Amino acid sequence: MKTLNTLMKGAALGLALGLMAAPATFAETPSNMLVIAHRIDDLTSMDPAESFEIQGSDASRNMYMKLVNLDPTNLDGGYVAELAESWTVSEDGRTITFTIRDDINFHSGNPVRAEDAEFSLRRAILLDKTPAFILKQFGFTPENVEQTIVADGNTLSITTDKRYATSFVLNCLTATIGGIVDKELVMANEVDGDMGNTWLRTNSAGSGAYRLVSWKPDESLTLQSNPDFHLGAPAMERVIVRHVIESASQRLLLERGDIDVARNLNPEDVAGASNADNVVIHDELRGRLMYAALNQKHPELSKPQVRQAFKYLIDYEGMQNSFLKGQYTTHQNFLPKTYLGAVDENPFSLDIEKAKALLAEAGVDGMELELGVREAQERIEIAQSLQNTAAQVGIKINITVGTSKQILARYRARELDIYVGAWGPDYPDPHTNAGTFAYNPDNSDEANATGLLAWRNGWDTGGLTEMVDAAVVENDRETRAQMYRDIQAQFRETSPFIVMFQLTEQIGRQENVQGLSLGGPITNAAYWNVTK
Amino acid sequence: MAVTDTNRERRRRAPFAKWVKTTLLTLGSIAVTMLGLVFVTFIIGRVMPIDPVLSIVGERASQSTYDAVYLQLGLDKPLIVQFWYYLWDVIQGDFGMSLRTARPVSDDIARVFPATLELATIGVFIGIFLGVPLGVIAAVRRGSWIDQIARVVALVGYSMPIFWLGLMGLLLFYGILGWVSGPGRLGIFYEDIVPTRTGMILIDSAIAGEWAVFRNAFSHIILPASLLGYYSLAYISRMTRSFMLEQLSAEYITTARVKGMSESAVIWRHAFKNIRVQLITVIALSYANLLEGSVLTEIIFSWPGIGSYITTSLLSADMNAVLGGTVVVGLIFILLNIFSDLLYRFFDPRSK
Repeated sequence: MKTLNTLMKGAALGLALGLMAAPATFAETPSNMLVIAHRIDDLTSMDPAESFEIQGSDASRNMYMKLVNLDPTNLDGGYVAELAESWTVSEDGRTITFTIRDDINFHSGNPVRAEDAEFSLRRAILLDKTPAFILKQFGFTPENVEQTIVADGNTLSITTDKRYATSFVLNCLTATIGGIVDKELVMANEVDGDMGNTWLRTNSAGSGAYRLVSWKPDESLTLQSNPDFHLGAPAMERVIVRHVIESASQRLLLERGDIDVARNLNPEDVAGASNADNVVIHDELRGRLMYAALNQKHPELSKPQVRQAFKYLIDYEGMQNSFLKGQYTTHQNFLPKTYLGAVDENPFSLDIEKAKALLAEAGVDGMELELGVREAQERIEIAQSLQNTAAQVGIKINITVGTSKQILARYRARELDIYVGAWGPDYPDPHTNAGTFAYNPDNSDEANATGLLAWRNGWDTGGLTEMVDAAVVENDRETRAQMYRDIQAQFRETSPFIVMFQLTEQIGRQENVQGLSLGGPITNAAYWNVTK
Repeated sequence: MAVTDTNRERRRRAPFAKWVKTTLLTLGSIAVTMLGLVFVTFIIGRVMPIDPVLSIVGERASQSTYDAVYLQLGLDKPLIVQFWYYLWDVIQGDFGMSLRTARPVSDDIARVFPATLELATIGVFIGIFLGVPLGVIAAVRRGSWIDQIARVVALVGYSMPIFWLGLMGLLLFYGILGWVSGPGRLGIFYEDIVPTRTGMILIDSAIAGEWAVFRNAFSHIILPASLLGYYSLAYISRMTRSFMLEQLSAEYITTARVKGMSESAVIWRHAFKNIRVQLITVIALSYANLLEGSVLTEIIFSWPGIGSYITTSLLSADMNAVLGGTVVVGLIFILLNIFSDLLYRFFDPRSK
């Protein structure tokens, strides 16, 4: 027993010594360093021609300059000149000619030239990665880029296939895919004709406020400031984004001062962190919409009264004030607030009796439907709320929960009766959402237009497609805005989409962190104005 | 004379021949097991209702972009052909590119596996050094207060969700007491100081003589490792107790006591000696579980290990990463089994 006691004592002593030998690191983050906790496991590429997730777009916005860009201190002001010092539009409205600034260098020291802008935009089309659709909608193809995207001296001309609203074209160029890359550096790293794509996935070649130091998947992302940034050297010399999945872990790190910003706090941790010393909760309206969609291939769901009935079966207020509190607010239109043409009309509310009457008018007396939703807590709860209210009018909803890829595959294949999900705009122009919610030129199965939400739900938009086509070429700002208001008014009444909420992102930050912009509803985070 | 020499030579060569035969059988068994594992994992990966193309092209992709990637991944080819291509690459050590991290899967595994290995190894050592003595004491003092404590410790270990316990541990030891560092493997000031040799920061920093990094890494690993060690301890202590009770009730123990042997000698030289083989199995199983089953701990502590790598890859339909990770974990299981067999032979001559 003596041996046993000795062993136990030894083990306990070892553990105690271990703990004592491990002084905790409580130091606050340095004044020239911004440390952010964020889930970065969706990050798949740093190449602006390929990057399409929030985390990649956040990093890209800070690493790459664009011809035109959005000013984080005045997001409502729309696009402003960045690498282009000015631009002119041809008489037929199809060609925009940019004059490129001659005082900007890439991080490599190479000067930014019109040739680099030509290369970057052509490259995006030639690589044809997912975000390429943002540029391809102007008629650019791998076959015609040599004629349609042309540099000449210090100017770059882009010629679209038809006249579009100039603001639409320029808004699209503010998207991540509009990032201008260093042609010399990228092509020096080309492998097997990939135009440097493999290399650029894990490196940077921009001229923005920061350059990429390292990206360790599921671990961290480190950016180093560019002292020659055209707006002046950023105060934060280093930005470290640490991959922390758990909301509670992010909150602890924030409260202990080991991070400056916590990006993924759930409502409980937001409430908890708001009581902590030196921590403030930062609310910012974002562009993401939460919606439900009814598959029009279903004979009952395609009846106008049934579509209308479902809009009265959503407990907007109840959800907004309970599990979505602080993070989503009711918004029943496909254009997020702050977009050109956005409206703030929310005519629907939970009304079981009205829904019953509409269903009776449609001759529907009970049915069983399958609802697909991905495994995100708030979406499942929205689905359950709908399941509960629908049961009150005799509709049985079976909820299928799966990974995003599982559910998405079935949604794109038009297999689900109801889908509950989220949609975020791709660029700061109203066409980004109008062109998918209310646009479907060919509703046949053969069209396979899986990128369009209207097609996925088998909805022939009943004239809205033509209205969207007209709005996207309208150059008068107020007329264009009114056109989108009209489209949304009709959309609210006739569409099979039940747009429910718009996201307000709530993050926790140290009180001394100032000037952080998450990008509002229209773009991504900018770190170069941050001070501590 | 000649006949005697031949016989002697045959006897001398017999153990060597037996060793060669055993080794070949073992290698053959590893090869067949690995082939089966790769095949089953590959088939599951292909038939599960997750679309790998969507994970690359995303929700917005047009059908033409989707189709191009579909062909690029070779998904248009028959399943058996896809498997053959994959197997051929795996044999050459190429698990393909991860769709999620844009890097070779083998590079990813070389990065994440040492993190898990480091965590699980410390965890299992804690489990052994506390669990075995606790189990022995509990058996020797059956029914005493220490046995009751051991029972409660094990019960809590079995029944408490690791997720909850991890968060509570983090809150107490990091958030309130400040004894340890928070989530992650290293503080931000210590990253990229030590060159990567083994991928295990404690070892790499010790080799480099960077003791500040070592201390920081230790302060990060001690809490998650203790948590894993606790779960391991719960299992090991209960099994040790059970094995010891069986031995202590055997007649040879009574005989030893009657012969006047000291209690310490009875317990350690006789009873404990006879449970070593069973304990090896328990410890190997526990270690294997920690190596592949610490996903939740990795998530809570932001530990970039192989468990969370496989899980995240699975949810992203990154099947190359899932297959690569599964093959490595499978290989670890097999190697641990072989190691256990070798230890059996060492401790128990009857199994030779």
